[in-house]
Amino acid sequence: MIVNGEEREVPERTTVAELVSRAGIADDRRRGMAIAVDAEVVPRSAWEGTELLDGQKVELVTAIQGG
Amino acid sequence: MTIDRSLERDSSGAGLAIADRRWQSRLIVGTGGFRSLGVMKEAIVASGTQIATVALRRIDPEAPGSIMDVLEETGCFLLPNTAGCYTAHDAVVTARLAREAFETDWIKLEVIGDDRTLLPEATGLLEAAETLVDEDFVVLPYTNDDPVLARRLEEAGCAAVMPLGAPIGSGMGIRNPYNIGIIVEQAGVPVICDAGVGTASDASIAMELGCEGVLMASAIARAQDPVKMARAMRAAVDSGRLAFEAGRIPRRTYAEASTPMAGVPDLGEHPATRGS
Repeated sequence: MIVNGEEREVPERTTVAELVSRAGIADDRRRGMAIAVDAEVVPRSAWEGTELLDGQKVELVTAIQGG
Repeated sequence: MTIDRSLERDSSGAGLAIADRRWQSRLIVGTGGFRSLGVMKEAIVASGTQIATVALRRIDPEAPGSIMDVLEETGCFLLPNTAGCYTAHDAVVTARLAREAFETDWIKLEVIGDDRTLLPEATGLLEAAETLVDEDFVVLPYTNDDPVLARRLEEAGCAAVMPLGAPIGSGMGIRNPYNIGIIVEQAGVPVICDAGVGTASDASIAMELGCEGVLMASAIARAQDPVKMARAMRAAVDSGRLAFEAGRIPRRTYAEASTPMAGVPDLGEHPATRGS
């Protein structure tokens, strides 16, 4: 699957929550963060229960400085 | 306790009201372009702003420090934007991501038409605004200084319209004050001048035209002394608003003496008393 534009090998049935952990995103960085899978937002409450499929595009975004 | 008389905050009347929210400051500060989070924070405090914009980008797990923590310390209301979006679709998805990331329905909507001018893409902007209003977002669109488009955006249900003074980051000031004036005159929602301000007088002009507020990033962030410029902008927005509320004199071609002519004494050479 493609995570933030990079091809990643991810075990089958990996959840969004597991992907966040595998990406090395510390707990204190998860505020101001959001995730889209194939351009659909996955709400935080659904991170645990959402399994990712091969070929999906995942975008992990967070707050940055911007006008 | 000493009384700070330098710039009393209630000097500009009731303050800025958009949708169901109200702020004393009429200045909105974009957080882009500051050389450090420390300078950004100091400038935000100096500007007196109560609203700061933020953007969304791919997360870098290694990046140090969080803008969220710093902005929280300023007490600012966070206004996420859709900067970098070139289509209605991308802007709508970005707004949904921002809603999730910042737990807010407010969005500064940007749909950009071209990367050289960064001018708004009018059709995509209107389409995205309609979609987001349907999804109960409070939509603040960055728009051209086009009175017709501004009216369409208001009709679409936007909570404010934010016409540019000049292209983003150009510092060219208010290039079409007549159009901004028309937008203000016809608008039933607040008009915020967004983009183009280069220095304090530009912000004053926007406010003198009747804008309810001014949004700026580069003018402060890229100034040689951002904190001092933030203070300048605060004063400029306040004075511009005061001048607008006070009501300026009409422009006229010829002079009009402020001292009465009646009762001028005859000292021998004055044309009015010398006779012919």
